[in-house]
Amino acid sequence: MTKETAKFDPAQAATFFTRHGHSGWLDLAYRDNGENWVELELPWREDLLGEEDRQVLASGPIISLMDMASGMAIWTTMGDFTPIATLDLRVDYQRPARERAAVIGRVECYRTTRSAAFVRGVAHDGDPDDPVAHIAGVFMTIQRDSRKGKVPVTAASGSEAGTGDE
Amino acid sequence: MSDPKSAIALPAYARSLGIKLHGFEGDLPVLTVEFGPSVEGRPQHFHGGATSGLLENAGYAALRTVLIRENRHPRLKPVNITVQFLAAGKSIPSFAQGRITRLGRRNANITVEAWQDDRDRPIATAIMNILMADEPE
Repeated sequence: MTKETAKFDPAQAATFFTRHGHSGWLDLAYRDNGENWVELELPWREDLLGEEDRQVLASGPIISLMDMASGMAIWTTMGDFTPIATLDLRVDYQRPARERAAVIGRVECYRTTRSAAFVRGVAHDGDPDDPVAHIAGVFMTIQRDSRKGKVPVTAASGSEAGTGDE
Repeated sequence: MSDPKSAIALPAYARSLGIKLHGFEGDLPVLTVEFGPSVEGRPQHFHGGATSGLLENAGYAALRTVLIRENRHPRLKPVNITVQFLAAGKSIPSFAQGRITRLGRRNANITVEAWQDDRDRPIATAIMNILMADEPE
């Protein structure tokens, strides 16, 4: 079913991801991407508030935003929709988001190896230099057959070339 | 004494996602969420973000329960959360319970576990640091 040769396109993939399941429920939207990064937006919504008396998004949806942006950054870097699983995700909250503000999550995949992908990113509500949160995560690639097993190696070298800024 | 139920008054986000109080185990609340579209990631599995949301809410619920018992009512501010994903969340209900590893005056360190059909095989764990700011009089 999947087109093995087509390069992963985050803008196009987002049209599917953001209409289904948890990401669809959160109304996540694609904003932008580069060779090894993806930016998504989490709109402000009343039923996503974290406290009774403040119009501020809960921290939980921000984790979801960054987890999703992480996955898409990894697929974009690898150029391939290879199955991955989150191993470890850390979120450091710098400050609450502003009232009624959407939160923008930008995650870059800064390293891939044969079986792992490393990401870091920032969540902000308008000014990337004044972030709401920083994240760091590690994902594992799930290798289902020997042919798939070759993908991370190719992707890793591709990523190194792609992030070399030559 | 304060009503322990008020400790687990869940925020809008948690209610909207479908998180509910399952009961108390020991002295601390166990939260649960059914499997459904709002928590689904790849088909028929929990999204890591939804599992994280369950863990985080269970952490807050545990801390509020303990604080109310001590008649403390600070405003809680998240410092950080680190989630370890141990197994895929299947299309069955998930549960989570937090315990307070250390409760100081200004900071609480909380460990949270999430599981599904087997309490002894967690699907995810989290460590949270939460700041406790004095409630204005």
